[in-house]
Amino acid sequence: MCTMIVEKVKIEGSGKGASGWFKLEGANVSYDHPFDAPYEHALNIDFVNESLGPSARVAVELSESAARALVQTILNVLEQAEAGGHLAHR
Amino acid sequence: MYTTDQYEGILAETVTLPGANGDWINAFFARPLGKGPFPGLVLAHHMPGWDEWYRETTFKFALHGYATITPNLYFRAGHGTPEDVAAKVRADGGVPDDQAVGDLAGAMQYLRSLPFINGKVGIFGTCSGGRHAYLAACRVPGFDAIVDCWGGNVVMPPEALNEKRPVAPIDYTKDLSCPILGLFGNDDTSPSPEQVNQHEAELKKYGKDYEFHRYDGAGHGFFYYIYKAYRHEQAMDGWKKVFAFLEKHLSSRAN
Repeated sequence: MCTMIVEKVKIEGSGKGASGWFKLEGANVSYDHPFDAPYEHALNIDFVNESLGPSARVAVELSESAARALVQTILNVLEQAEAGGHLAHR
Repeated sequence: MYTTDQYEGILAETVTLPGANGDWINAFFARPLGKGPFPGLVLAHHMPGWDEWYRETTFKFALHGYATITPNLYFRAGHGTPEDVAAKVRADGGVPDDQAVGDLAGAMQYLRSLPFINGKVGIFGTCSGGRHAYLAACRVPGFDAIVDCWGGNVVMPPEALNEKRPVAPIDYTKDLSCPILGLFGNDDTSPSPEQVNQHEAELKKYGKDYEFHRYDGAGHGFFYYIYKAYRHEQAMDGWKKVFAFLEKHLSSRAN
């Protein structure tokens, strides 16, 4: 808990955890100690549903460059989807 | 020191005890078998939670003759794997300082209530646990020694203070009532070498009994063999310093 840099965002979707798929209610994004990635600090994203308890979690721990590349890739894909008219149904 | 002709027995189990606000929490407790008396030790676990490394370390201190207890400072966050629970606490910005201090005080009082304690109780913590241990040793009477391993955010700028962490631990230094051993890596960023220097200057200012050691080639968490941060040479030297310090201040023989 050494940087304390964390933000929460409400999201919709599904995540696949240790017990299978569950409904997502939020994502917790932190830049702090990871549990597994070999860095002192990492960009951690926990996709969660707190109403189901702490175990309803899908975790990723990314390097800074990986996190930035992921953000850009998500935006690129959404842009392509929008250009193709695939977002019109929403 | 252990020799191969000795009898050795350890009892290690989960117990419950009253923590902050009288809330019952669980704790991992390991102690040498026998009537003692044994020195007591409270461990303040790190940000990754009440995990296997801390349960192993609880056991390790018991092997060295300490009745050792590690309260689950994340008890109120619910139950799951230590990682999942710690991730929830991380997302919530950590546990409140008052709560952690109350839980550690409860663990100390639990040890003092036992008939086989020699009357001395220390506290050891790493990472956020080093910070929590320092807060407890400053704010709660009853600790006889503290080991702070790379406790981050002991030095905090005013803008980092919040409802959960309203006072920078360094500002309690005048109230520290026991000797302190501090171990730090010079490549660490939290605490940075400059912050360690500030902490040391404050201890010196108030005439506290302190012993700080700084290691080159080590960063945050250099005892953790489970992480890439592990540094063998520095960790082995650090453990020697920890056990020598605790022997000096908690042993019945030394006092």
